[in-house]
Amino acid sequence: MSTALHQGGLDALAAQRTEPAWLRLLLISITLAFLACFLGIPLLAVFTEAFRRGAGVYLQSLVDPAALAAIRLSLFVTLVAVPMNVLFGLMAAWAIARFSFRGKSLLLSLIDLPFSISPVVAGLMLVLLFGMQGFLGPFLSGLDIDIIFAVPGILLATLFVTFPFVARELIPLMQQQGAEEEEAAVLLGANRWQLFLRITLPNIRWGLLYGVVLSTARALGEFGAVSVVSGHIRGRTNTIPLHVEILYNEYNFSAAFAVASLLTLSALLTILLKSWLEWRIGRERGASMEEAKP
Amino acid sequence: MKHATRVLPGFGLTLGYTVFYLSLIVLIPVGALILKAVSFPFETLWQAATSPRAIASYQVTFVTALCAAIANAVFGTLVAWCLVRYSFPGRSIVDAMVDLPFALPTAVSGIALTAVYSKSGWIGQWLHPLGIEVAFTPLGITVALLFIGLPFVVRSVQPAFEELDPAVEDAAAILGASRWQTVLRVLFPQVMPAILTGFTMSFARGLGEYGSVVFIAGNMPFRTEIASLLIVTKLEQFDYAGATAIGCVLLAASFALLLAINLIQNRWLRRWGGAV
Repeated sequence: MSTALHQGGLDALAAQRTEPAWLRLLLISITLAFLACFLGIPLLAVFTEAFRRGAGVYLQSLVDPAALAAIRLSLFVTLVAVPMNVLFGLMAAWAIARFSFRGKSLLLSLIDLPFSISPVVAGLMLVLLFGMQGFLGPFLSGLDIDIIFAVPGILLATLFVTFPFVARELIPLMQQQGAEEEEAAVLLGANRWQLFLRITLPNIRWGLLYGVVLSTARALGEFGAVSVVSGHIRGRTNTIPLHVEILYNEYNFSAAFAVASLLTLSALLTILLKSWLEWRIGRERGASMEEAKP
Repeated sequence: MKHATRVLPGFGLTLGYTVFYLSLIVLIPVGALILKAVSFPFETLWQAATSPRAIASYQVTFVTALCAAIANAVFGTLVAWCLVRYSFPGRSIVDAMVDLPFALPTAVSGIALTAVYSKSGWIGQWLHPLGIEVAFTPLGITVALLFIGLPFVVRSVQPAFEELDPAVEDAAAILGASRWQTVLRVLFPQVMPAILTGFTMSFARGLGEYGSVVFIAGNMPFRTEIASLLIVTKLEQFDYAGATAIGCVLLAASFALLLAINLIQNRWLRRWGGAV
């Protein structure tokens, strides 16, 4: 009798903790309608516009030499930028999460800085530094080195906007994990490589991969910063997003959306990987908490 | 003493590389903008930064980013609430899709939104007879910024809702609060800092956004020209003083907002005893 009463009380409380069914239904409907208008329909539009003039035109737009050159350049920039971010992320996370020193919080804010600077302003900075009117421009052109309106400028712009991604994932992760395992390894005689490859890397691998996924997506898709420094030379300094812009401004909508659909597919793949990695990281964190329990 | 406790190797190497790479990629370019600004006479810079066209572009940027951030604070919170509190078919897909604006290149978002909201687009064709023009108006810029800023609010508010202690809600209910009172006076004050953080992040992103806006904005000077676009235009005209001046205004605005986010989070930490 008393347990039944108790159960009744709990049910009443649980009912108090949520809203009436009609209100829940209304809120969910508003949410879904809102997301459909702003996320779902634009996403579908990319693919319908891409195939509007048939699969032939779609494929034609993708194997066009200018499109292929743009794809090659984007892949090249991404393949250089992401490993550089990984190296920096590992270095920064080791220094910040494993040692205490003066100015650490300043360093952390500076690492986050590129997130709060408008990409166009980032591009402007590079033009003012390396352009012909910039500080180093005349000196570099004397050496016959082109940075602005050339591939190095695009790479530098991409490095700027993707700078924080890996470090930002690794620093909190390594701070949370603590240094006990690594200290034990050193005391047991592990050298630097053994320490990194056998202890640190296995512990942070999913977080590292997460940072790699985010910075790859941004490197492939960056538009503002790259647009300022690229000069839009077709076949030479055009990345995939810039190629989309050129096609669109030429009213070649089907081709623009066809190339855009490639980027959209890679964005969907990014989301899929991200969800999977979040699930993995969550599971690993849960497991390490279980172990920590006495 | 400090050295004696330092068991782990590599402090000098890793910190040195971090500072070196940070300087090379970020600090030197930022310094170049500031040095360039100082190298112009102040009058020139001030005139470029306060020309009528520049002022109009700040107004367009500020108003559209603010409207989008407010709309995002409302709808983003609603989305986060539904994702945390209710179960409905496809919830985990919806949850993952909220990240789409982060993952989709901004140029793609721009042309997709323009296609959907233009006069003949899937949504635009229904709004057009009602006299609502979205593409190529300030409303279009707001729509683009709404899209770009949404995940900031949802991903900031969602964990805050998840961390709410159900016991507090039960206590409010037992003490006789109606559901409305519990939600408005017990739950919302607790997630307000997260909403504010998301709002500020979405607003900051909106001020600097370029790729998704240029396609849908129409880019008419004095009407739909945003500040980032004016920088690009000035650069194309080789007006470096003008570009630098407007760049400095945008940089100052983003620093101010960064400070605001830090203040909000610090107040939150103090109020909730570091339980974040």
